[in-house]
This record gives sequence, C-alpha cells and structure tokens, in this order.
Amino acid sequence: MAKGPILAKAPAKASEGSALAQAKRYKASQDELLRFYRDMLLIRRFEERAGQLYGLGFIGGFCHLYIGQEAVAVGLQSALTPGKDSVITGYRDHGHMLAYGIDPKVIMAELTGRAAGISLGKGGSMHMFSTEHRFYGGHGIVGAQVPLGTGLAFGHKYSGDGGVCMAYFGDGAANQGQVYEAFNMAALWKLPIIFVIENNGYAMGTKVDRSSAETDFHLRGTAFRIPGIQVNGMDVLEVRGAANVAVDYVRGGNGPLLMELKTYRYRGHSMSDPAKYRSREEVQDVREKSDAIEAVKRDLAAVGVDEEALKAIDKEIRQIVAEAADFAESSPEPAPHELYTDVLVGTY
Amino acid sequence: MAIELKMPALSPTMEEGTLAKWLVKTGDVVKSGDILAEIETDKATMEFEAVDEGTIAEILVPEGSEGVRVGTVIATITGEGDAGAPAAKAPAPVPVPPPASPRPAPPASAAPEAPSGGPTAKMTVREALRDAMAEEMRADDRVFVMGEEVAEYQGAYKVTQGLLEEFGPRRVIDTPITEYGFAGIGTGAAMGGLRPIVEFMTFNFAMQAIDHIINSAAKTNYMSGGQMRCPIVFRGPNGAASRVGAQHSQNYAPWYASVPGLIVIAPYDAADAKGLLRAAIQSPDPVVFLENELVYGRSFEVPVGDIVLPIGKARTVRAGTDVTIVSYSIGVGLSLEAAEQLASEGIDAEVIDLRTLRPLDKTAVLESLARTNRMVVVEEGWPTCSIATEIIAICMEDGFDDLDAPVARVCDEDVPLPYAANLEKLAIVDVPRIVAAVRRTCNR
Ligand SMILES: Cc1ncc(C[n+]2csc(CCOP(=O)(O)OP(=O)(O)O)c2C)c(N)n1
Ligand SMILES: [Mg+2]
Repeated sequence: MAKGPILAKAPAKASEGSALAQAKRYKASQDELLRFYRDMLLIRRFEERAGQLYGLGFIGGFCHLYIGQEAVAVGLQSALTPGKDSVITGYRDHGHMLAYGIDPKVIMAELTGRAAGISLGKGGSMHMFSTEHRFYGGHGIVGAQVPLGTGLAFGHKYSGDGGVCMAYFGDGAANQGQVYEAFNMAALWKLPIIFVIENNGYAMGTKVDRSSAETDFHLRGTAFRIPGIQVNGMDVLEVRGAANVAVDYVRGGNGPLLMELKTYRYRGHSMSDPAKYRSREEVQDVREKSDAIEAVKRDLAAVGVDEEALKAIDKEIRQIVAEAADFAESSPEPAPHELYTDVLVGTY
Repeated sequence: MAIELKMPALSPTMEEGTLAKWLVKTGDVVKSGDILAEIETDKATMEFEAVDEGTIAEILVPEGSEGVRVGTVIATITGEGDAGAPAAKAPAPVPVPPPASPRPAPPASAAPEAPSGGPTAKMTVREALRDAMAEEMRADDRVFVMGEEVAEYQGAYKVTQGLLEEFGPRRVIDTPITEYGFAGIGTGAAMGGLRPIVEFMTFNFAMQAIDHIINSAAKTNYMSGGQMRCPIVFRGPNGAASRVGAQHSQNYAPWYASVPGLIVIAPYDAADAKGLLRAAIQSPDPVVFLENELVYGRSFEVPVGDIVLPIGKARTVRAGTDVTIVSYSIGVGLSLEAAEQLASEGIDAEVIDLRTLRPLDKTAVLESLARTNRMVVVEEGWPTCSIATEIIAICMEDGFDDLDAPVARVCDEDVPLPYAANLEKLAIVDVPRIVAAVRRTCNR
C-alpha cells in the first residue's frame, strides 16, 4: 500500500493571492508624512543623546539603541491606538515607547535611574512600562515577551475589548522554543496578536545565517498555519501599508499574523559592543543607501515640503531631547526607602 | 558654542582607557555618526562616534595616551550655532531628598481567620481546592483556569472536576503540553488585567516555566515602579508522591520561597487549602500555591460558608509546652502523629503549621520558641538550603536567648528520590525519625 514518502510542499509565501499579499506602500498625506518624519527623528535624536549620556556616565548597565530601526516602530504603531491596543517588546525598547507617545522626559529619566523615571528609576533601560498607554515593556529575557504578549492578546479576546497586541522580538529571539509554544496556542485559540520579528541581521555578534536554519523569518509560522508577511523595514510607508493589512486581519478575528521587518541597527548591540563582526563599510552602506529618515525626506520633497519646514522640525526635536536630557540629569535619585517599595502590592 | 568631547565610558565597568588613535584633526568638519577616534578598553578597541555636527576646534589629549579617565575632555567641537543641545555637563552628584514617609500601606488583603466553632462539613483537600476556585470564579469573571487536562479530562488529579461544566471552555482552558509557553501566557494575561489560575500537572514540570514565574511574574511590579500588577496563581501538586522516581518527586518550596516578589503558600488540611487558595486568587500579587498529591484524598472538617484565610499567618495546630515542631504541607500530618506518640512518652509537643512560606510568619515561630525553648523543623524535602535551614537561621538571629538546645531539622535524605519501595521509604521523612529527633532535642 505504501506509496513512498510524501514530500511536503515548499511552504507557500504566506497567503499569496489573499488579502495579505495585497499590502501596498501607504499613501500618506503631507501631514502624515511630516508626522512620520518627526517621530522617527525624535527616536534618532533621543537615542543619540542616550548614547552620549552613557559615555558621560549618566546611564549605566546595558543600553540598547534603536538607531536605524526607527521606521519599524513608527510605521507599525501608527496603525495602532495607544490605550486600546497593547504593545510589548524586549530590551531595545526606547523607540517603541516614543512611537507610542510616551513622554521622552520620563523615559530619559529612567535611563539615568532617577525618581522621576517611568519606573521610578528601578527598572532602567530594559524595563520600562506604561500601563496607561498599554505599553507592557521592556523585558530582558530574550523571547519572554512573546508568550507574555500572547497572554495580553488572550486578555483582549477574553474581555472582548476590541484591542490587538503587537509583540516585537528579534531575529535571535526567533530561535527560542517558547516563541513556538506561543505561536501554537495563539493560532489554536485565534488570538488577536501580531508577532513582529525585527530582523536587523544580527543577534549580538551572530549574523542570522550563522544561527538560523530558516532565515526567511516570515515563514516561521507556517507549521502553525500563521500567515506571514515580509516587509522592508527601512521604508516607513511600506511598513505602514503592511501594518494596516495586518491590523485589519487580526482585528477581524482571523487569529495571529507574523510580520518580518527587514531592518538594520547602526550602532553596536549595546553600548559595550565593539561591533567587530561587521565592517564599517557595511554599516555606512546601509546608512547611505537605505536610511529610513532620508527616505521620508525624499518623500516630503516630492510633495513639495521645503528644507525650512524640516529645519523647524529638527529644531523642535533637538529642543525636546535637550529638555529630556536636562530633566534626566537634574532630577534626584530615588529616595532610599524606595528600595523596599513595590515588592508586593498587598500587605500580609 | 564649543562642545566638549569627553572620554566615553564604553562598557558598564570602564573607568579609564587608551586613546589609541585620532581619525580626525583640528579643522575637520564632522557629522553625527562619523568616527572620531579609536579607544581601547581592557576588553576591546571601540570606535568613538560623533554625536553632534560641527568643526573640530581643538584636540586636547594626543593619541597614544594611556589611562585616560572617563569624563576627561579630549577635544572640543564648534557647533553649527543653531539652537539645540547645550554642551553636556559632567555628571554632578544629585542630592537625594530626605526619605519621605513611606507610602500608606494598602489594607491587609485577607479577611480574619475563619470563625471557629461554627458549623463544619467533612471534605477532601481535592474538593476544597475545587470549591475555592469555583467560588472565586462565580464572584469574578476575570478569574479563569488554564493548564494541561484541566477541562475535559477534569484535571490530571481531578482537582478541577466539574469546572468545565459550570464555567465553560472560555474560562476552563485545556492547554497543549507547553509549560514555558502557557506560564508566559498566563503571566501576560495577568499583566493585562485578568486573574489567571495556572495549573501545573505537577510542579516538577514548572521548572520549564520557572523563568516566567520568577523573571516575569515576580519582578515586574518592582521593575515598573508599581505599575505592572501580576495577580496570578500558579498551583499544582508538589513534593514526593509515591514511587514515581526522582524526576517526579521534588519539593520546590525553598526555591520559590527565596524569591522576593512571590507569595508562596503550602497548606496541609482542607480548610486551609480552601481558605488560602481563595486568598491567593484574590491577592494582587503572584502566588505559588504548592499542593501535595498524597494529601488530596484526605478528609478534614471545613467550616461551612465563606472562608478566606490570611496569607502570611502560621497556625498552631496542636498546643504544647515542651518542644515546638515546625512544619508545612504533608509534614504537618507526620508531625501531629509524632506528637501523639511523644505525648504517650510524656513529651508535650506544640505543632506549628507555617502554611505560608513567603512571607514567613517569624513571629509565630519565635513566640512558640520563647515558650517551649526547643524546636524541631520537619520538612518533606532536601535538607540543604531548605525551609528548615531558614527557620534555624531565624532562631539563631532572633531567638538565640530562648534556645535550650540546638534547633534540629528532620528532612528527606540528601539524594535524588529512588524508585525501589524500600529505598524510597528510607529516603523520606517519617514519624520515627521525627520522634527520635524530638527526644534528642529534649534530652530524653
Ligand atoms: C534568554 C536570554 N539569553 C541570552 C540573553 C543575552 N542577550 C541579550 S540580547 C541578545 C541578542 C538578541 O538578538 P535579537 O533577538 O536579534 O535582537 P536584537 O538585539 O537584534 O534587537 C542576547 C543573546 C538574554 N538576555 N536572554
Ligand atoms: Mg537582531
């Protein structure tokens, strides 16, 4: 009876022909373009300043900058509603917070470990949260945010609040076993979650092809029938176009969706990374040819926005970042008694 | 305006470094991202990038300089002159305000001890646990149960019997065999505002999930400055069962009890199981609730009606004057048996059930010690780094003057649990060993 081994068909490019494959570059109004420019520039300048404050000893420990990847968080989260849709990510979290409208001052003050920081100075760069915005961190264990985000999505479905969860993780995190445990349950229970793999090419010093058997990360959900979309993460309009399709799909009760955003980090993995695993030329090449902020500048020029308007935004952003840095440098450290607060909520 | 460039700290621990090479010279125009210099730390050579745009005005530290302290001004740049970043200031010590009075503590979470003397009914620990979950689920729609075989199969140990029928599949959820994943999903759901009860088929399998229990559930409230609540209960059988071998027979109480941010409860009888599980579900904090398979089927009198017991309070289950036996979970039953036997020998033992292991009721332990002056700790688990060693440390630190004899511990043997019936029996704490230890402690 045996007909010989059955060869599995090569996994289809997720949902080709379906609505998902129709994702188009977003047609932004001039106002929206300016908004994207502003939000990305805020992240870039904020992170540059954070790097500088690190060098000056104001920021300690691990500090992972988002420079280069700005279009991902800005493009995706512009399709979400803060306070309704939840967002969760790993330790490289400053950009996602800024993209969700969280005050740069309290983020910077957390980086410097001050009482005015969003976690009262007790979390630091990797552990920041704003339940008000439904931004749920800020997690230091690679991959942990994937089941946690699936739990947030479970909550959206359980309480019927209409929200979706966006859970970000890296190409390195995508090899953690718990990610696939979460994929399975998210698909099984049709949870409203968008899994976002930010494929920046490296996990610390390991290039993706040295760690991953399948480097087309958007196919990683195939075994769980989770459709995937691959997106150029260096083009905020392409990101936003894909985000719209993804949010519609997931909010429509169709279960989870996987997005792979091809992106690149310009700086080292953290502040203490000498980045010897890649050449200076490689980094310069991406900066010159694919920078997301430069791309949006070109889009703005095409719709007739002049240099002056951009200069005004640059100036405004520099001001915001300078104020955040001043605030973060001059705020007091947490009072000693805070050492003992917020260990437990109740008293027993 | 001149911007000072300072020797950067390029790692969390760097204090000084070598300015190996300048890649720019006075008069060069630089933009953000350009490499200015190479700096050697003890670990690596790093590139130092420009953050601001401008012209290099002056190089103050020549290349080849060793031992340059972090923060030393190494060069200056003249900026474009447009508004914006002022020259960064050196870190100045920031005055710490005098400690404000601590925030008002939230009210104690649990109702007072169940009234004694009221009507009671006999029920098993298994039924008591089920009733506790059902009562909380009736009262609060945010409470749900998830785990392997909890719904259709009615629980691997039948603790969730009947819950699917009453509450339906929305709230009683069978998971795949994927502890790491569903512990994380439960924790995320709690962070999002639900009140999950996550059942582990046994706590042996929770080792795969311990990262979420400790790193995600226990620490996030602290790390978020009190923003991120995690009201979740992780429950299931813990400790040795019967003849299931080393991988399925382990007491994790000391592991979890060492973690700030967790509540750890390990009840013995049915009334405590019910009253404390209800308190655990109501608690705003993450709770590890350790049950015992060998005790599930035992019956006890349980007060009829609403019982919610206080977390963090031990209970004197037998009053006595000569010696205190401190225990928890299945060890309480053994201790009571031993106390009866000792009574016939003229030793009047007090037995204290800790019930909650974190926070531990130190006061109850020390008060009893002050009366009896002798103490033996009984624990079904390994002796090293155990709850027993913790109790002994408490007595040394805070009860030393009350001690008439060294505190003794009676624990399992310090070996992985063997399968052979005779060896297993030899490995696990039992009544004769408790009796012998109490006699020694009382110099009899
Ligand atoms: C479980 C765990 N293992 C290892 C680490 C150390 N670590 C932190 S980030 C990282 C690399 C992750 O790379 P990726 O997922 O690609 O994210 P990226 O940093 O590129 O954003 C590693 C190994 C960790 N934090 N947690
Ligand atoms: Mg990566």
